[in-house]
Amino acid sequence: MGIVAVLLIEAIPFFGDVSVISFLTGTKWAPLFADKSFGALPLLSATALIAGMALAVAFPLGLLTAIYLSEYAPDVVRSTVKPALEVLAGIPTVVYGFFAISFISPNIVRPLFDSETIFTALAASLAMGIMLIPMVVSLSEDAMRSVPSALREGAYALGANRFQVSVRVVVPAALSGIVAAGLLALARAVGETMIVTIAAGGVPNLSANPLEAMQAMTAYIMEVAMGDTPRGTVEYRSIFAIGMLLFVFTLGLNLVARGFIAKFREVYE
Amino acid sequence: MTTVRMRPIMTRVAAKTGEPAQETAVDYAIEARSLRAYYGENLALKDVTLPMRRNYVTAIIGPSGCGKSTLVRCLNRMHELVPGARIEGKVLFGGADINAAGVDPVELRSRIGMVFQKPNPFPKSIYANVAFGLKINGHKGNMAEAVERSLRQAALWDEVKDRLNSPALSLSGGQQQRLCIARAIAIEPEVVLMDEPCSALDPIATMAIEDLIRRLKERYSIVIVTHNMQQAARVSDETAFLMVDQDRAGYLVEFDATERIFTNPSHEQTEAYITGRFS
Amino acid sequence: MKPSPPALSASRQTAFTRRWTSWAFAGVALLATAFGVAALILLLFVVMRDGIGGLSWDFLTSFPSRKPELAGAKAAIMGTLWVMSFTALFSIPIGVGAAIYLEEFAPKSWFTRLIEMNISTLAGVPSVVYGLLGLAVFVFGMNLGPSIIAAAATLTLLILPIIIVAAREGLRSVPYSMREAAMALGATRWQAVWHQVLPAGMPAVLTGVILAMGRAIGETAPLIAIGAFTSVFFTPTSPTDSFTVLPIQIFSWISRPLRGFQENASAGIVVLLIVLLLLNSVAVALRHVYARRRRW
Ligand SMILES: Nc1ncnc2c1ncn2[C@@H]1O[C@H](COP(=O)(O)OP(=O)(O)OP(=O)(O)O)[C@@H](O)[C@H]1O
Ligand SMILES: [Mg+2]
Repeated sequence: MGIVAVLLIEAIPFFGDVSVISFLTGTKWAPLFADKSFGALPLLSATALIAGMALAVAFPLGLLTAIYLSEYAPDVVRSTVKPALEVLAGIPTVVYGFFAISFISPNIVRPLFDSETIFTALAASLAMGIMLIPMVVSLSEDAMRSVPSALREGAYALGANRFQVSVRVVVPAALSGIVAAGLLALARAVGETMIVTIAAGGVPNLSANPLEAMQAMTAYIMEVAMGDTPRGTVEYRSIFAIGMLLFVFTLGLNLVARGFIAKFREVYE
Repeated sequence: MTTVRMRPIMTRVAAKTGEPAQETAVDYAIEARSLRAYYGENLALKDVTLPMRRNYVTAIIGPSGCGKSTLVRCLNRMHELVPGARIEGKVLFGGADINAAGVDPVELRSRIGMVFQKPNPFPKSIYANVAFGLKINGHKGNMAEAVERSLRQAALWDEVKDRLNSPALSLSGGQQQRLCIARAIAIEPEVVLMDEPCSALDPIATMAIEDLIRRLKERYSIVIVTHNMQQAARVSDETAFLMVDQDRAGYLVEFDATERIFTNPSHEQTEAYITGRFS
Repeated sequence: MKPSPPALSASRQTAFTRRWTSWAFAGVALLATAFGVAALILLLFVVMRDGIGGLSWDFLTSFPSRKPELAGAKAAIMGTLWVMSFTALFSIPIGVGAAIYLEEFAPKSWFTRLIEMNISTLAGVPSVVYGLLGLAVFVFGMNLGPSIIAAAATLTLLILPIIIVAAREGLRSVPYSMREAAMALGATRWQAVWHQVLPAGMPAVLTGVILAMGRAIGETAPLIAIGAFTSVFFTPTSPTDSFTVLPIQIFSWISRPLRGFQENASAGIVVLLIVLLLLNSVAVALRHVYARRRRW
């Protein structure tokens, strides 16, 4: 919990310079201009948009994969696919960033959507989506596998087929575990740094258009850290304010996810 | 040899607590006196008084859950390792209260050995298993010799002498249990507590262990918990029969010479239990 | 949870539809799985495609340069070695020690619970936030500057929760009977843990440690946050030197538009992935040894 104290100590002076309200609701983030402006909405919206789209990619794919692995796949397949996906999970994110910018952007986003820039929120989201798949798979597969087989057998005995058992019995029974998987993946996406720094561009931009370049919260921290920002300046403090926000969001998501997991355990253990 | 084994710590404690070191003419290795054992608030063992004689094999029998394991675990203070567990009453070892202030449970356990229900060798070599107890008890002298001596006493030497460095877990269940016995007697305890040592073994391995127990009692005092009536009859000199009351607290029904317990018990319950007419 | 029992269908028509939906669904689920695997293969192919050619002894032994053909990863590789050595030096004793304390000795008090809650919460904190923490505490607070030691301390904070959780699991997998057996022989609690429990659980503990190290090697953001340099033209000689690490070097090459630098980035990625692959193989081998030995 020392982490909270440190973030607070560094962030509080920032709110002496910039009011909390204008920080959270301001629409212009321009810390490096002479006429400084610290409205975090552009960063927040970029993070939300990218993380949301990444989850929109990873969650359905991950869930379907988990259903396949848990309910359909023969053991051989399960025991090869799972470790393969774990490899995916172990690849450093800077590599995903490189993949986004050297492959997804020029070969998928540009031809499909005719975008002008190679830095787009969409490219970052897609790479991040791939990065999140293993996490969704492994967490929701664990949840589905801990659904007692008696429940499945009960449904089979009633003449249900695999599809019905999977979708009407197993998924609802494992629902809180699956929701937790989604929330944890979202938390991971919000805090993910390198992919958005590399692929989404570095311009604060309050926009809902995924084909534009935008700067996520984490990318802003990277930008300031790479410059020579002296300690004690407003810019230096601003990254702690942003870090504080990140911490609060991810902590909230984690706590809610943990609530769901606890609920799930209560039922089956 | 029995009196030689008395070590000073215990007698000193005995003097301090005003407990006479020797109360009766009979030489008891270990005695439970009005022993009550609790798990949290639950009474598991109710006022058990049980004197176990030196160089005897004392058998403890009784239905499942009557507190046999609890009783033997009180004898070497393993009971207190369970969170929330405590005892009332006394356990005397060589006449001295083992729960008196100043008695080191660690030292006590090195003098009262224990063999568990399931063979539980360490996942190390056969040699390392036997040597471990010696090492931590600061054994001076020839380690290899001491290991060999214990393995011989446990009637395991001939089977393992060529592969002392292979993993203990590669032994059969019966061999593993004899290894655990060798491990326990390597540090030359005065008493060996055995909690259903044969329950995981086949009849042949069981016979081997029983032979071993009969031979070991010349040097050690043995307390053995068993579910096997014949086993108690075969190996023990005296037998204690425990029952469990309606509050699930165990109590001692009868304690007598084994022969008498099995031929002419004084309690109906005992007779019912040993003849299998027990609900 | 009351799954409404599906009614038995009498007509052949519905039976047919049901079978069809079931097959279609299975197909979609299989496709999703295939997509994940294909993405993995594509990713590995794309990021390494241009790098294999650029990988040479010169690449490994040269400093960065403004000319991509001359640039190499020497400083980054050495930096990674330095930083990881110190990270291991800090995190393994602290992490394993904390795990031993929590698993074997800690009383079941509110304080222990609080620490445990903290650890599981910390595991979900984004790594860049750890970077900010390191910046405030180690770089400025303790005046270590953007040094190897500050980096190692930051990464230690980052992976400690992982190590502690894994090590506790490893210790917990050693049956209680091992502790009992040792203590019945007159071992103290500490002797039982040190001589029996820890060695028995070691493969599992080590597996966790290695995986945590793998995580630390690939971390970029927290080290950039504490102010690590992107271009370093010397190899560090002491823990207070400034440094760069492989992922940061890769990142800095990625940010340069020149095609040659992209190839350098790819070559750097190849090196990084090979190191990770080696680490993972060791972890898998350990897990294998462990599974074989675990027959108590
Ligand atoms: N660790 C424990 N925590 C709480 N209660 C316990 C614990 N161990 C045993 N008990 C309780 O104490 C009572 C006696 O148990 P004990 O294991 O001594 O019986 P036992 O006679 O050895 O049985 P068995 O023949 O099955 O081994 C039982 O009611 C049991 O539920
Ligand atoms: Mg028992």
